[in-house]
Amino acid sequence: MSVNSSVLLAATGIGKRFGGVQALTDVSFSIERGEIYGLIGPNGAGKTSLFNVLTGIYMPDSGNFTFDGAPLDRLKPNEVAERGIARTFQNIRLFQNLSALENVMIGRHIRTRAGVFGAIFRDRQTLAEEASIESRSYELLDYVGVANRANHLAKHLAYGDQRRLEIARALATEPKLLALDEPAAGMNATETKALKALLDDIRRDGTTILLIEHDMKLVMSICDRVLVLDYGKKIAEGSAAEVQRDPKVVAAYLGGEVTLNLRRA
Amino acid sequence: MNRPRAKSIPPKVWAGVVLLALALALLPFVAAFAGQAWVRILNFAMLYIMLALGLNIVVGFAGLLDLGYIAFYAVGAYVYALLASPHFGIHLPFWVILPLSAGIACAFGVLLGAPTLKLRGDYLAIVTLGFGEIIRIFLNNLNAPLNITNGPQGVNLIDPFRIGSFSFARPEVVLGVAFSGPQKYYYLLLLITIGVVVVNLRLQNSRLGRAWEAIREDEIAAKAMGINTRNIKLLAFAMGASFGGIAGAVFSATQQFVSPESFGLFESIIVLAMVVLGGMGNIPGVILGAILLTLLPEVLRYTMEPLQNALFGRVILDAETIRLLVFGIALVAIMLYRPAGLWPSAVRKRELEVKGGTA
Repeated sequence: MSVNSSVLLAATGIGKRFGGVQALTDVSFSIERGEIYGLIGPNGAGKTSLFNVLTGIYMPDSGNFTFDGAPLDRLKPNEVAERGIARTFQNIRLFQNLSALENVMIGRHIRTRAGVFGAIFRDRQTLAEEASIESRSYELLDYVGVANRANHLAKHLAYGDQRRLEIARALATEPKLLALDEPAAGMNATETKALKALLDDIRRDGTTILLIEHDMKLVMSICDRVLVLDYGKKIAEGSAAEVQRDPKVVAAYLGGEVTLNLRRA
Repeated sequence: MNRPRAKSIPPKVWAGVVLLALALALLPFVAAFAGQAWVRILNFAMLYIMLALGLNIVVGFAGLLDLGYIAFYAVGAYVYALLASPHFGIHLPFWVILPLSAGIACAFGVLLGAPTLKLRGDYLAIVTLGFGEIIRIFLNNLNAPLNITNGPQGVNLIDPFRIGSFSFARPEVVLGVAFSGPQKYYYLLLLITIGVVVVNLRLQNSRLGRAWEAIREDEIAAKAMGINTRNIKLLAFAMGASFGGIAGAVFSATQQFVSPESFGLFESIIVLAMVVLGGMGNIPGVILGAILLTLLPEVLRYTMEPLQNALFGRVILDAETIRLLVFGIALVAIMLYRPAGLWPSAVRKRELEVKGGTA
C-alpha cells in the first residue's frame, strides 16, 4: 500500500479479550483520507476498546492496523501519537491543574525538540521554539473557541470548553487521524451545533476524523461512513442512510427478537 | 514572529534585586552576632534548599513519590569524600569533583528509576525507601573485605574547598574584614544555591518541565499526547538525583567529615516534608519550606528552655524533647490548615501578544 493511497487506516481482523469477555472479534474496516468515519453501537459494544487497541493503550490479541502505508504493530501510545493518531477520551482526561494554554503546549511536545541543555541555557533555538509552541497553541485555542480561557486551569473550564480543549490538545500533535471518543456527550443542543461546525472545519483543513458518538443526529448529519459494532463484532458498515435501514442495526439498538434469544442461551 | 518578549525591567524591580542581594551578602555577619552556630545553620538551610529542589523535580513536577532521596545526597557526599581525602590519598580539586558527584548521583538516579518505571504512589514509595536504606547499609559495610567507605567510622579529614592556598576551612582577614570558616562557605553555598534555583526555574518552564507536569497530572493522557513517559520519568529521577549529588559534595567539603549516620531515613522524610509543606511543584514554596524546616527546630532549641523558665520559673521539658514535639505539632497544623502547602503554585499566566489578539 503506497503512502499516497486513499486509505489512511486499515484494520484487519482485530480481536481483543479481557479475561472471559471477548471485547472485540475479528473487526475489519478502513478509513479513507479526509472523511469523517463514525463508530457507533450500544453501550459495551467495544467502541472504546477499539480506540484503546488502535492507540496502543491495549495490545490486540489478533489482527493488525495499517496506518498511512505502514503497519502499526506493537507500538506504544506515544509512538502511535508520533505516527499521527491523536485522540480524546470519553471521560475527559485533561491535565487538570495546568492552564488551558499549557495543556495545548504539551500537545506540541512531540513535534518539538528542546532538551535539558536548551531548557537550562535557553539558547536562541530553544527560545524560538518556545515562542512558536506558545503562538501555535494560542492559535489552536482560538480555533476551537476557548482562547479567552487560555490562562484558566483546565479543571475550572466549563464542560463543553473542556471537551473542545481536549480537541485542541489533540490537534497540537499534528495528527493525520483525529480519534474522538464521544465529544458531544453531555453537551446541549447549541454546544453540539458548535461542535459540528468545528468538526467540519477540522475535516476541511485536512484532518481525517474517527468519531465515536451516541448523538445519532450528529452522527447521521456529519459522518461520511459509519461502522456499527455490537458485542465486539462488526454488524454493519456503510453510509449513514444505509446503516440506519439495516435490520441488524435496528435490532441491536432496539433489542430484536432473534438476538435477544441468542444472548439468553 | 518577532515579538518583544522581555520588557525592560522597571527600576522598582531593580531596587528590590539590589536590596535582596545586599541582604543576602550581609546575612552571615548579622547571624554571627547570635553566634557562628547560626552561620552554620544558614549554610545547612542552603544545602536543604538544594536537596528540596532536587526532590521537587521528582515529587513536585513528575509526581513520583520518592522516600529514598537522601541516597543521592549520600552518593554525592561520598564521591567527594573518597576523591578528596587521605582515605585513598586522592586529592582532586572541588570543581573537578562537583560535576563527578552530580554525574554519579545521576547514574544512581537512573539505576533507581529504571526498575520502578511502572510503579506509582505507595508502591513506588516502598521501593524507593528500600533503595535509600540499601545505599546507607552499603556505606556502613563496604569496609571489608576491601575498605572502600571506611564503614561506620566514616571518612575523616576531607579536603575543604580552597582556591589556591585560600582555604575555606579557617578564619581569615580579607581586606580588613574578618571572615570565619562558615562565613566563607556561606558565599560558596549561596553561589551554588542560586545556580540550582535558576536551573530549576528554567527546567520547570520548559518543554521538559511541562512533560513532567503532564505525567503528574495524567500519565495515560500524557502518553496519548506522544510523551515518551519512560524517558521523561527517567530524566526526572536523573535530574533530581544530580542536585542531590551536588548538595552532597558541598556538604562533604563543608563538614570535612561524612559518615553513614547522616543519611538515614529521617533525612529523606525531612526533605520530603520541606517539599510538601512548602508547596509541591512551586519553587518559591519549596525554598520557603526548606528554610522554615531548617530554622524552626534550631529556633526551638534555643528558645524553649528560656521560655519555660519565664513562664513556670523552671524547665519542665528539656529542649530536645519539646522541640521535636512542637515541630511535629506545627507540621500537623500546617498540613491540616494549608493542605496544598504554605505557598502553593498558582496558575502560570502567559501574557501574549498575538496578532489580532483574542484574550
